[in-house]
Amino acid sequence: MTDQSTLWDSLLWLAINVGLSLALLVGLLVLVAYLLLLDRKVWAAVQLRKGPNVVGPWGLFQSFADLIKFAVKEPIIPAGANKGVFLLAPLATAVCALAAWAVIPISENSWGKWVISDLNVGILYVLAISSLGVYGVIMGGWASNSKYPFMGALRSAAQMVSYEVSIGFVIITVLLLVGSLNMTDIVRAQSNGIGTSAGLPSSFLDWHWLVLLPMFVIFFISALAETNRPPFDLVEAESELVAGFMVEYSSTPYLLFMLGEYVAIVTMCALGTILFLGGWLPPVDIFPLNAVPGIIWFILKATFLFFMFAMVKAMVPRYRYDQLMRLGWKVFLPLSLLAVVVVAAVVQFGGVS
Amino acid sequence: MDQLLTDYLPLAVFIGVSLAFMGILMLAPFLVAVKNPDPEKVSAYECGFNAFDDARMKFDVRFYLVAILFIIFDLEVAFLFPWAVVFKDIGVYGFWSMMLFLGVLTVGFIYEWRKGALEWD
Repeated sequence: MTDQSTLWDSLLWLAINVGLSLALLVGLLVLVAYLLLLDRKVWAAVQLRKGPNVVGPWGLFQSFADLIKFAVKEPIIPAGANKGVFLLAPLATAVCALAAWAVIPISENSWGKWVISDLNVGILYVLAISSLGVYGVIMGGWASNSKYPFMGALRSAAQMVSYEVSIGFVIITVLLLVGSLNMTDIVRAQSNGIGTSAGLPSSFLDWHWLVLLPMFVIFFISALAETNRPPFDLVEAESELVAGFMVEYSSTPYLLFMLGEYVAIVTMCALGTILFLGGWLPPVDIFPLNAVPGIIWFILKATFLFFMFAMVKAMVPRYRYDQLMRLGWKVFLPLSLLAVVVVAAVVQFGGVS
Repeated sequence: MDQLLTDYLPLAVFIGVSLAFMGILMLAPFLVAVKNPDPEKVSAYECGFNAFDDARMKFDVRFYLVAILFIIFDLEVAFLFPWAVVFKDIGVYGFWSMMLFLGVLTVGFIYEWRKGALEWD
């Protein structure tokens, strides 16, 4: 009797978790589909074009049409390729990018925390998973057995690991203020800050972007480089490497690379929202604004960050590879290391609690 | 269930679900799309030429160097995480211990900078 009821309990628990995971996954992928459209629309608007506008009203179904098109294209596996690794690479990229979302809290209300798994080492997990994204790139580039993918993969890996370090230091400065690795605690800590100590209600002045403004800027630029976005898209610099490590890919293996890349970008936007823009907290904690569900604020803030990503892509010319490495190792690394020291000293001796 | 399991099992479930999702997406064209390979189509792409030689060639040692530097600094970041979490509890002694560690690391960083390990030209 008891055995059976515990079995049913476990099955029910499993069903609930699978349901929640599916809900988050579908929501995330639909969000990514529309952010991709936003990206293309912003890019088009900057260049005075219309952008996708044929499929559905204002091109709203463009991403789904693309999905179907990819799914019915002929998948090509090069003769010289290492087939197992070749097919594993896009899967690894996409799954690593998605896996980070298991610990990202998107809201909190009387129902509890809106997160799949409320890890107490959440931010460490995200950092670890985003490092694993490099594997997909390296595997794809090596397994293709072709020169452009190989060079693209080398460049991409070097670039991703270089900026990973400064993102790590930036996260440390936030942790020094918060004192917890849990993502929900990081957001909660931002309801008190500069504004409230001056007697104002809890507002956007309390979020970390103001106290740690230089860190926010470093985080944003490093996130661009980390996700291989322009102006740091050396990996797929068309004029040099055709499409980088994706040259030999077609059909959905290619789609999975693109999807993984965009999911990683949205992850970085969400991470920026949680670390610096107060997560799901309303801009000002007064009536009409704090009645809006937290998830709306979260999506709005993440979309705002993504909009900045898109504008940078549209307006900034591409970096050269040596400039990229110089910026990462000689500018951001010393700066963020110095910032860790300064923030620690201020927290220790400046009486900031 | 104990704490560890309730924390990490949903994580495994989520990764499993996304793996299944992506796996299906990956398999779809192998099931529905036409497959009509010919020797030209499956040869390595090299801007219209036949591939000159094998692509698993020698590459610049600096990529390797960057990877080593990354390991050093990423370990340092990993080392800083627990320190940052308990920072408010460990007081002045904890602060100066870590400053000493960072100082030693900075000396190493300056050395590699002066050695030219960070130059790309």
